[in-house]
Amino acid sequence: MSAVSPSVLAASGTAVSFPILPALMAVPLLGALLVLVAPRQRPELRKLTAVLATVTTGALSLWLLRAFDTQHAADFQFASRHAWLDDLGVSWLFGVDGISLFLVVLTGVLFPIALFASDPEHDDRAYYAWLLVLEAGCMGVFLSLDLVVFFLCFEVVLVPMYFLIGRWGHGNRTYAATKFFLYTMAGSALMLVGILTLGFLHADATGGAVTFDLIAIAEAQSLSTGAARWVFLAFALAFAVKVPIFPLHTWLPHAHTEAPTAGSVILAGVLLKLGTYGFLRFGLYLFPEATHHFAPVFLVLGVVGIVYGAVVATMQKDLKRLVAYSSVAHLGFIVVGTFALNTEGIEGGLLQMVNHGISTGALFILVGMLYERRHTRQIDELGGLQRSAPKLAAVFMVVMLSSIGLPGLNGFVGEFLVLVGTFNAHRWYAVVAAGGVVLAALYLLWAYQRVFHGPADGENATMPDLRLREGLVLAPLLALIVVLGVYPKPVIERMEPAVDALVEHIEHHVDGFHEPTSRLGADLGVESGDAHDSGDGH
Amino acid sequence: MLAHTGHASAMVILWWALIPLLVLSLAGLLLLTVASLVRRLPSWLPAAWTVVAGLAVLVSLVPLWDRVQDEGPRSYLAGAVAVDGSVLFVTGLLAVAVVATALLARPYLEREDLPGVEPYVLLLLSAAGGVVMASANDLIVLFLGLEVLSIAVYVLAALHLRRIQSQEAALKYFVLGAFASAFLLYGIALVYGATGSTALGRISAHLSSAVLLEDGMLLAGFALLLVGLGFKVAAVPFHAWTPDVYQGAPTPVVAWMAAGVKAAGFAALLRVFVLTFGSWSGEWGPAVWGLAVLTVLGGSVVAVVQIDVKRMLAYSSIAHAGFLLVGVQASSERGTAAVLAYLGAYTLLACGSFAVLTVVGGTGDDRHGLDAYRGLAARRPWLAGAFAVLLLGQAGVPFTAGFVAKFGVIAAAVEGESYWLAGVAMLAAAVAAFVYLRIIVAMYLEGDGDHEEAAAEVEAAPWGPRLVITVAVLLVLVLGVVPGPLVDLARDAVPALVGA
Repeated sequence: MSAVSPSVLAASGTAVSFPILPALMAVPLLGALLVLVAPRQRPELRKLTAVLATVTTGALSLWLLRAFDTQHAADFQFASRHAWLDDLGVSWLFGVDGISLFLVVLTGVLFPIALFASDPEHDDRAYYAWLLVLEAGCMGVFLSLDLVVFFLCFEVVLVPMYFLIGRWGHGNRTYAATKFFLYTMAGSALMLVGILTLGFLHADATGGAVTFDLIAIAEAQSLSTGAARWVFLAFALAFAVKVPIFPLHTWLPHAHTEAPTAGSVILAGVLLKLGTYGFLRFGLYLFPEATHHFAPVFLVLGVVGIVYGAVVATMQKDLKRLVAYSSVAHLGFIVVGTFALNTEGIEGGLLQMVNHGISTGALFILVGMLYERRHTRQIDELGGLQRSAPKLAAVFMVVMLSSIGLPGLNGFVGEFLVLVGTFNAHRWYAVVAAGGVVLAALYLLWAYQRVFHGPADGENATMPDLRLREGLVLAPLLALIVVLGVYPKPVIERMEPAVDALVEHIEHHVDGFHEPTSRLGADLGVESGDAHDSGDGH
Repeated sequence: MLAHTGHASAMVILWWALIPLLVLSLAGLLLLTVASLVRRLPSWLPAAWTVVAGLAVLVSLVPLWDRVQDEGPRSYLAGAVAVDGSVLFVTGLLAVAVVATALLARPYLEREDLPGVEPYVLLLLSAAGGVVMASANDLIVLFLGLEVLSIAVYVLAALHLRRIQSQEAALKYFVLGAFASAFLLYGIALVYGATGSTALGRISAHLSSAVLLEDGMLLAGFALLLVGLGFKVAAVPFHAWTPDVYQGAPTPVVAWMAAGVKAAGFAALLRVFVLTFGSWSGEWGPAVWGLAVLTVLGGSVVAVVQIDVKRMLAYSSIAHAGFLLVGVQASSERGTAAVLAYLGAYTLLACGSFAVLTVVGGTGDDRHGLDAYRGLAARRPWLAGAFAVLLLGQAGVPFTAGFVAKFGVIAAAVEGESYWLAGVAMLAAAVAAFVYLRIIVAMYLEGDGDHEEAAAEVEAAPWGPRLVITVAVLLVLVLGVVPGPLVDLARDAVPALVGA
């Protein structure tokens, strides 16, 4: 442990005296507190506080992006450690590397947008407070390098989301909120046992004190194969529910559909990533052998998720539900890429996490705007909106194409890398997964056609177009969609070293495992070619 | 210490160690005497007296704690009673529960028009019994403490003269409690028969040194002791009294049962089983393992189908007992510390929760259906918010004291390699979360229409319950974020056996 942890902290040698990572959590929490104590008669003051808190956090995350040392993207930077439960060796251990960096930024960027996208109809005080607590929790998940602290944040996120869905949601919100809470809580119940088992077995094996330091445990790999597999399953169940992986996805359509717009955006954009990020950080890294052992299961489930999500999405009558099911399919891609266990696949999955956050977030905002105007989300009640709202239609088109994975937009890069990675590792899975891309085009284009094309009658003909404020909310997302589609290199070159290190870690700890690559795969795309250059550079 | 043979020379009385017990029992007796002499006592006096007594005990614990940490644990009164960290810790919890109960009882008794000082006298005497139980160094003393504690609580349960449910609760509790006492006594007799002593130190020494050829009598003794204590802490299958008694008894008394009686019961379980029979944990461990599984599952699952909030919390208190048993089952230092920390957190959660129930219950103490909570958030946002925090704490949500408590016992179980038990307990916690969510749903998500009237009837909380709720909520949150004080205190509160 002592060999590893100091080096983690030393990696932050570039460090700034300012504790940026704790600040990413503290600022939203402080905001929540201020919102709670703000005077009752001043709702605008509360909104201002919430806006300031999220925007500050977003700015901090962007600053983090700038200050991040690309040369050492595989190391944990800005690390900080503060003791918490000394007895059990639990400490507030934070750090960020190329894998978590962009998820932190995604969280930082999406929250202000979600906040601007819609206003609560009642109880704004509690609404803003919960949203801010949620942001702090999400940041905590991506930043913590201590297993117990990770679990704390992973769990505590449920409470604000539960209230956001339950109190400000639509229709069947109580059912949706309760199902969401219980599914996720039951899923992660065993993870705590897994974490503790890991900590104690690690301490037994190394003869040291109990620690839950992720890096110390992951580098030592002190568990027996059998024990590691059991503990991996305890972790995997929690992540599989959170992702969600088919067949544990049944909470998702309800939660996404009934949540208020901001809730849906955060749920799809950030919360689902807690699961896929969990797989990367606490699955692949912590349990390379077990991950390798169980990878086929997840590949199959991922592919099933892609096809199933797409097919079910095609059949939806509710636009929001359609988007929700499209998430199941997209998350399937991420899972498949992750468990391809090669650089392209994992990197593609990671990129897809960010991309899905952007495009599905934007889709939910757009659906929310439609709903505000038309008070319905039923596809057959909408129609011909292109005439009354051409700008809205155009934006919808771009976002939708990004979600489909049109070349030139962000979705393409991620999906392409996932397919390359999967193709190199398991050819036939890639073939089926590629079918999912076609299906995505089918259900999204068909939905677009039914909603925006054709004759407009009644309220559809008089629907107001995008307002300036709404355009401004969407603008950053649109910009990201285009920029990441045309020039993803800045993102990839930061992710790449961390992903390479992860794959090396797996190769190192799994006997007889070599990263599944082929000449063909490496030469296929510019991105992956780049990837290998910079990878070799280190 | 055991080698010190000239034991008859002088019976040591550590007066300083007796202070908490003396304060509680003298306060009770004095109150009774004064009340029988003075015709009209101001109505606030008994409650204030009880609160002061409880606070005095808490204050006195500070120097006692330092002394025990410096000088180590001691036994006195011919080895019948001991003073160590865990004794003082549990005494502190009992004192906290006494203060909270007294604060709840005063407005309650006024609202229900139940005059008299007896509730406070009984509360103080019951707490004294709890202290005796926690500090017992001899099985007979343990039994004495248990009886003093229990008999007072039987009467307290019957406190509400005009509610038939209150009488019913008391009778059920008394009859079943008497059975349990008989079991316990018989268990003591059998253990005495097998080991030749009722002093915990001697039993322990005997068990770890002697080889028993015939251990049937000893094991039967273990079993009967476990039944007796299992009844007190409401472990499944000895829990049948709990829902009915909780539902029927006056709500402040339920707070005392949940917080105080449970703490004393687990202190006894720790002393007798973990400490004294520790070398035989291979024999009794599986039994406690089974009890723990049944209790966490039974409490959580049955709570789901309840429609009465008081009954829900009764079953949830059973589930909590199951978690505590998980810590007992570990039979280790970490397990003991975890149980004590859990008791600390649960004392806060129980006092706070039942304080809310006292307020919402309204005059007549019978509005405990889930309906009474519908739309509470709209009418009484602070009360609902506080209750939500307490319920989430009971569910073990991170950053509440409830999580710290659960984390401790699960860690102890995992350290003892009881992986399945830890897993079952966590799954049961997820089931129990549904129960707490149901109440939160009622308060927050179902406020529309006709139900608002029901919530409108909830009176503003008098300052007593309000103080209890506020302090409980704040401590639950603070200890959730900064658990150090609770966890360190529990860790330092190691129980120890000291022979005469």
